[in-house]
Amino acid sequence: MKTAIELQNITKRFGTVVANDNVNLNINFGEIVALLGENGSGKTTLMNILSGIYQPDGGAIFIRGEQAHIASPRDAQRLGIGMVHQHFKLVDVFTAYENIILGMPRVKGESPAECRARIENLREEYRLTLSLDKRVHDMSVSEKQTVEIIKLLYRGADVLVLDEPTAVLTPQEVGHLFAMLSRMKKSGRAVVIITHKLYEVLSISDRVAVLRRGQCVAEAVTAQTDSRELTNLMVGRPVELKIERPDTRKAPNVLALTGVSVKNSDGGNALKDVSFSLCGGEILGVAGVAGSGQKELCEVIAGLVPAETGAILYRGRNIIGNSPAEIIKKGISMSFIPEDRLGMGLVASMDLTHNMLLKSYRSGKLPLLAKAPAKALATELVDRLKISTPGVAAPVRQLSGGNVQKVLLGREISAQPQVLITAYPVRGLDIHSSFTIYALLNEQKKNGVAVLFVGEDLDVLLELSDRILVLCQGEVMGIVSAKDATKEQLGLLMTGGKEGA
Amino acid sequence: MKDLVHITKRPERSALSSLGLIAAALGLAIVAGGVFIALMRQNPLEVYAAIIKGAFVGSKRDPFSAIKSTVILFVPLLIVSLGLSLAFKMRFWNIGGEGQMMFGAIFATFFALNYSHLPHIVLVLLMFAASVVGGGLWGLIPALFRVKWSVNETLFTLMMNYVALYTIEFLQAGPWKRTPGFASIGSFDANVQLAKVGGVHVGWILALVLVVIVTVYMSRAKQGYEIAVVGESKATAHYAGMNVKKIVLRTMFISGAICGIAGMVQIAGSDNTLSTGLTGNAGFSGITVAWLAQLNPFAVAVISALFSILEKGSKTIPVDVMSKEAANVLQGILLFFFLGAEFFRRYSIKINLPQKQVRHIQKEEEHADG
Amino acid sequence: MDNAINFINAALFAGTPLLFGTLGELISEKAGCLNLGVEGMMWVGAFAGFFAALQTGSAMLSLLAAFGAAALCAAVYAFLTVTLRANQNVTGLTLTTFGVGLSLVLGSAMCQANGGAPNLPGSFRDKIAAFKIPIPGSGDDVVKLAVYPLTIFAIVLCISAAVFYKKTRHGLSVRASGENPAAADAAGVNVSAMKYASIILGGGICGIGGAFMSLVTANGAWMPAGIVNGFGWIAVALVIFVRWKPMLAILGAFVFGAFQSMRYYIPDSVISIPNAFYQMLPFVLTLIVLIVTSMRKSVHAGEPAAIGVNYYREER
Repeated sequence: MKTAIELQNITKRFGTVVANDNVNLNINFGEIVALLGENGSGKTTLMNILSGIYQPDGGAIFIRGEQAHIASPRDAQRLGIGMVHQHFKLVDVFTAYENIILGMPRVKGESPAECRARIENLREEYRLTLSLDKRVHDMSVSEKQTVEIIKLLYRGADVLVLDEPTAVLTPQEVGHLFAMLSRMKKSGRAVVIITHKLYEVLSISDRVAVLRRGQCVAEAVTAQTDSRELTNLMVGRPVELKIERPDTRKAPNVLALTGVSVKNSDGGNALKDVSFSLCGGEILGVAGVAGSGQKELCEVIAGLVPAETGAILYRGRNIIGNSPAEIIKKGISMSFIPEDRLGMGLVASMDLTHNMLLKSYRSGKLPLLAKAPAKALATELVDRLKISTPGVAAPVRQLSGGNVQKVLLGREISAQPQVLITAYPVRGLDIHSSFTIYALLNEQKKNGVAVLFVGEDLDVLLELSDRILVLCQGEVMGIVSAKDATKEQLGLLMTGGKEGA
Repeated sequence: MKDLVHITKRPERSALSSLGLIAAALGLAIVAGGVFIALMRQNPLEVYAAIIKGAFVGSKRDPFSAIKSTVILFVPLLIVSLGLSLAFKMRFWNIGGEGQMMFGAIFATFFALNYSHLPHIVLVLLMFAASVVGGGLWGLIPALFRVKWSVNETLFTLMMNYVALYTIEFLQAGPWKRTPGFASIGSFDANVQLAKVGGVHVGWILALVLVVIVTVYMSRAKQGYEIAVVGESKATAHYAGMNVKKIVLRTMFISGAICGIAGMVQIAGSDNTLSTGLTGNAGFSGITVAWLAQLNPFAVAVISALFSILEKGSKTIPVDVMSKEAANVLQGILLFFFLGAEFFRRYSIKINLPQKQVRHIQKEEEHADG
Repeated sequence: MDNAINFINAALFAGTPLLFGTLGELISEKAGCLNLGVEGMMWVGAFAGFFAALQTGSAMLSLLAAFGAAALCAAVYAFLTVTLRANQNVTGLTLTTFGVGLSLVLGSAMCQANGGAPNLPGSFRDKIAAFKIPIPGSGDDVVKLAVYPLTIFAIVLCISAAVFYKKTRHGLSVRASGENPAAADAAGVNVSAMKYASIILGGGICGIGGAFMSLVTANGAWMPAGIVNGFGWIAVALVIFVRWKPMLAILGAFVFGAFQSMRYYIPDSVISIPNAFYQMLPFVLTLIVLIVTSMRKSVHAGEPAAIGVNYYREER
């Protein structure tokens, strides 16, 4: 098998965050390589480097044995590399045909009709269905994906990278896609598929590379590995964690969801008939592969997205329809650490003091902000949580990820909430900082707060939570007692209850 | 194949480093402006000196006349820039300062024409209130369309300027025409004129008071805080329980209202009539002032002063040396350099020296293939 | 009948510089660059064209000078917004301030050197004078349809632009850069090159519009206050009014041109509207178009989706 791509010691930093840390990877012609890893593990960044979107800070790329500098997507194209991005890069008002030929010079002597015929041939060769005159904004997600794939074929790409291609497809569509990828492979092309779904890796790839926190932790022949091994590689070796799980008195039914459904922007179900209850003095963990409805769950409770059906009872009162401000006032606090970390919980350009005020600035009768207490709180948090910052007057943008998260969680906790919803609070943190966060959550639990903890690390979920709720594609697959559950059991529930794929 | 120049986002510059950058831009702008003056076959130093002198040194009879004229230019520019700063803080591109100024003036003129018999203080307060309402409404309209149908506010506010302009033309030529055979409103009643303090109409005190009020509002008030959060991220504002639409509408009303005050101050303090030239382009200049000052009210005051000095000073240059519009050219050059400097605040440039681009490895494989 | 032809002549006369300005701005906006410097570039073109005409007496050189000078100003805008990613609104407004000032300063210097406002010789004015086309059946042959060569040139440019955007691959690339630069970039389009080319070409065309006003509208005299004066802003409005379509721009510019002169041709006995409302009309109509297209949220509205936004590939 001939080597198509060789990545050597690729390093990429964004500010203080290292997205790729000395990654090495080989891709051969005639094979499908899966790039497996959790969200934020650096898979997409790595492939964006290969397709000319990002410039690496270090390392070298060899294509067919020759070192290449890929300064732009155009360069990547010339080298035969094509990528289907997770968020499609299509011009909405253009037709499929226009998107396909965009940026390509006209072949000398070829009439538009001949060009169309050539595209139609490609389409038929790979048994794809698409009307070339349809405009992108009238297309379904799967049609858009088809346009992207034909775009690559038209450009003569022989290395195809697909970023989370199944995320938005129905099972049938996934079947078609995989069949097509197999045909690509048979025609001698190299295919890379970025995914965090184990069964996909196992069902389609020849080899798999696992990324964790920007590092390539393993490369294996798919046939010689299994889902358990891959899970361990993906989420990390089961380190000796001794997270406390204090016993507390539970105050039943602080928060209860019954039959809650939420629609996503495409009109599909982001949450489907979700029911559970949360007690005071309890940490309820939420497990699930990324994008299983965790974000919507947090947002619907905080009143940020409307619920289609169902009720959210806070101490017996339905809070659906309440404004986010009213919900904050009731003592329900939500903090969500998105992938870019700053996202919506903090204002990047503002200093710590002003960020302390984000949810509490309304308090007091005067039209002026009460800055002194906020400053005192900021100072106290810096001290208590050992936040490393040039001072409380420094914009949070200047803080490293761990410190940003401490600021966010610290603020939420200091508001003395009744319900604390926190998603991915340790995302990207080192062990030490993570333990500071766990201790904070436990402290809240001891104070009788009802804690909903959305996490990615199963070991942590198992040790920290009292119970664990497992989400899969927006549905609750089950709620298990953390003391008795195993990682395998959770993994099974997370992937819809079926062993393997 | 590798880019010769590669651009990346850089970490925050320190205050000192930012200041250095501004100084560098200012220095380069002065040099470039000098080159322009030299190309016009004039001595740059002499022209610069003449501008400064023209802005500050008055006639023998009234040594303060120059400063007074400078202040008269300064007042509306400062007030409008303050108003626009509020909208820009919210990342709302209010290009409509001109129109909002005009509508403030139009509303105020209604009282100046019809209620001039009222006691001076009452009349002025009425005109002030009217200008707030007029300018505020003219700011509120684009905000309403923005909130309701996401109509592009840049283009909308821009068009509104001209609707306001021709509204004044209409009033001049029609309902409010006071001078036979000539489309003009004529001079206001003496009772309308703003009192003078220190030789300049009282507007300058109002302007300085507004600097303080806007500073407090932006950095101390709850509403100012809301503006800042909405400007940074609507999603964050929503998360914090803010009513984003209400904040946009309210802020644009206030932004327009302040611009409206500028219009009222100009007609009652300086022009003594309502005419299409009342803004003196302050609505547009204010955009660049506010942006240049990075929305800091005190910096707005400083830059407004700088622009006014440039404009007043240039007016006194003899026309055979250079026409007064040189102020616009120098202002433009200054801004171009500041716009360029902004880039170096946010990004750093890495220059990749040319190197051998292709290196062969895996010789064995090639041999094997061959 | 005579009156109608006179009215058409007046509309063409006033509409021609608008058409250049509109097309120039449209070309820039198609690539996603909202250049509020049209007014400034038209002023610069007005001076450069006039000055070159005075110096060389050549119509061709005069137009080239107008094009070149305005294109140079546009290049400054392009460098600042595309390469240095400066805010488009502020940069455009600054360009207007700068351009108007520059044109007035240089114009004043020219008058000083000349010892008074110069006039273009009749021989030059003949070179760019209108073709007079007699209208059969118009009674006497005093009334003729007057079509300027530059009017025809502007129309030809619009048609070429329409063909370019509709039919060519480069046209597709430019449109993609204005709609979704990230997608265009990923497809291999050199987005920066498209933006630079569009801004500079568009600026140059605006300059020719300015030159039309100083050479033709002002009747050969340098009278800065009365010439461009706001036409650049009407051009910005027109781009919205014609929904970013070059062919519609032809119609739009002459309709707006007609508004400028309508008041002289509609007798008070028919409709009596104050003068100012005729002048306000273009802007009110533009506002309505802006609102209606936004309300319909139609993707066919024509507004390039990424207008006003600078593109940085590594943004995340």
